[in-house]
Amino acid sequence: MKLQTTKFYAIFGHVLLVIFSIIMLVPFLWMILTSFKSLTESTSVNPFVILPTVWQTDAFNAVINNINFIILYKNTLLMIFWRVVCAVLTSTMAGYALGRLNFKGRDLIFYLVLFQMMVPVQIFVIPQYVMISKLNANNTMFALVFPGLVTAFGTFLQRQAYMALPKDLDEAARLDGCNIPQTFFYVMAPLTRSAMVALGIFTALFAYKDLMWPMIVNSSPDAMTLAAALAKMQGQYAVNFPELMAASLIASIPMIIIYLIFQKQFIQGIATSGGKL
Amino acid sequence: MRQAKITSRSQNEFFWGWIFVLPTVLGLLILNIIPIFSTIYQSFFKTGDFGKGNIFVGLANYQKLLNDPLIIKAIGNTIKYAIIEVPFSIFIALILASLLAGERKGKSFYRTIFFLPMIAAPAAVAMVWRWLYNSEFGLINNVFGIHVNWISQPGLATVSIAVIGIWSVLGYNIVLFIAGLQEIPKDYYEAARIDGASPIHQFFQITIPLLSPTLFFVSVTRVIGALQIFDLIYMVMDRTNPALNDTQSLVYLFYKYSFREGNLGYGSTVVMILLLLTMLVTVFQLWAQKKWVHYY
Repeated sequence: MKLQTTKFYAIFGHVLLVIFSIIMLVPFLWMILTSFKSLTESTSVNPFVILPTVWQTDAFNAVINNINFIILYKNTLLMIFWRVVCAVLTSTMAGYALGRLNFKGRDLIFYLVLFQMMVPVQIFVIPQYVMISKLNANNTMFALVFPGLVTAFGTFLQRQAYMALPKDLDEAARLDGCNIPQTFFYVMAPLTRSAMVALGIFTALFAYKDLMWPMIVNSSPDAMTLAAALAKMQGQYAVNFPELMAASLIASIPMIIIYLIFQKQFIQGIATSGGKL
Repeated sequence: MRQAKITSRSQNEFFWGWIFVLPTVLGLLILNIIPIFSTIYQSFFKTGDFGKGNIFVGLANYQKLLNDPLIIKAIGNTIKYAIIEVPFSIFIALILASLLAGERKGKSFYRTIFFLPMIAAPAAVAMVWRWLYNSEFGLINNVFGIHVNWISQPGLATVSIAVIGIWSVLGYNIVLFIAGLQEIPKDYYEAARIDGASPIHQFFQITIPLLSPTLFFVSVTRVIGALQIFDLIYMVMDRTNPALNDTQSLVYLFYKYSFREGNLGYGSTVVMILLLLTMLVTVFQLWAQKKWVHYY
């Protein structure tokens, strides 16, 4: 192939990447720019204003005064924390048993796990909601964590991770005098750390993005999550764009910072957990 | 003696096996398996006024559903959304991923950017896009000097929402594709280059067939995800939006009937349609898989 064509493809590839990067970034940039404008400036059409003439923080002050972001952050982070802890704990244990131990009923349990993964999640929502209502647990942290106490997907993921470990490991551990729980804690579990991290990240991301469930069970302002609060806010301030954008920005920034710090783990976690479903 | 040891070992595995799976089994039964059956059961009931009591109505919910123009429409809207979102999000992601899979300067920088929308709360994503789409003050219309009602024109609104869907999920697909592409041995490309195959040729002759297991996996999960579209429609479409009936999805109606109107019985019936649709798609994809997926 001629050098020229190779060069053409290389340049073409770069141009494509740059164009798509811009498309990916514009909504975020517009969110930032709008949040620093006044309402009049954000709705000025003739001339249309791209950069704020004066960078002002009125919109931020207004939403911070109206919405208690501290409580929303706290609820969201606690929900994520408990869901990650529950998911990793229960599925690591179950994954070990399903992937490494031989016992009666094991295959049946595994089919149960697969069955759960095949049905749309909405099928669980009404009965789970009824349970929460019967327990009188609306507007509690328990309600937010409830659907994530166990995870079929995580169990599946952990089972695959345990099955991928070398065959002789159990035998070696037993010869060294480990019983089954010791084999799990000291030998196997440490080796599946990357699968745990992947599951943790996957769980955290989807807990953070969950909208319907938090909206259904926790409607009181001090028990809401960020996602649900944003949804509610949109109904109330439908036309104040700078304020809506400021609130969106405040709600998105912590996760974006966490992502930028741990992006390698994030991307690896998604690649391994998503790829093995 | 040996026999006794083996028995005690297998007893041991039985005991500990069940201890280790017990939390998951109990959780799955209570949170998922029993709810599947109670949702089916619930679909034969009507929730009484003020959310009190269940009245057995037999197949009435299903009859109502078949005559509910909103449901028929919503099935169409959901499928339309999926037909737009899934192929485009896969195709664009595939191109960008293959551009990123090699040794490229700034590779991780691009990947970081493409994945960014996955990190934003869907509510925030929906709000900013709604603002971009705004017909009077929106960036898109003003920059291009057009006046399009992106989200309030019935024929267009689903497309506009699907664009947000594509934008949101692109990074996720890219990450999975890059992982899949890295599994393809470099020799294939080397050999093709020596034979003088252009990058486009290599893409169709090597990348697509060898990536087909990943492609299959991503398309299955994307279709199932797209059929469950809710957040974007809920956030982008106001209840007063004239295009609402032409965009609302099955899950949107499920939410509306179950939780806004409090009719859990009818809501359960809507989920049954979603279940049916999901199963049809899964069966179809498993059948189609034999035709185009190459496991190697």
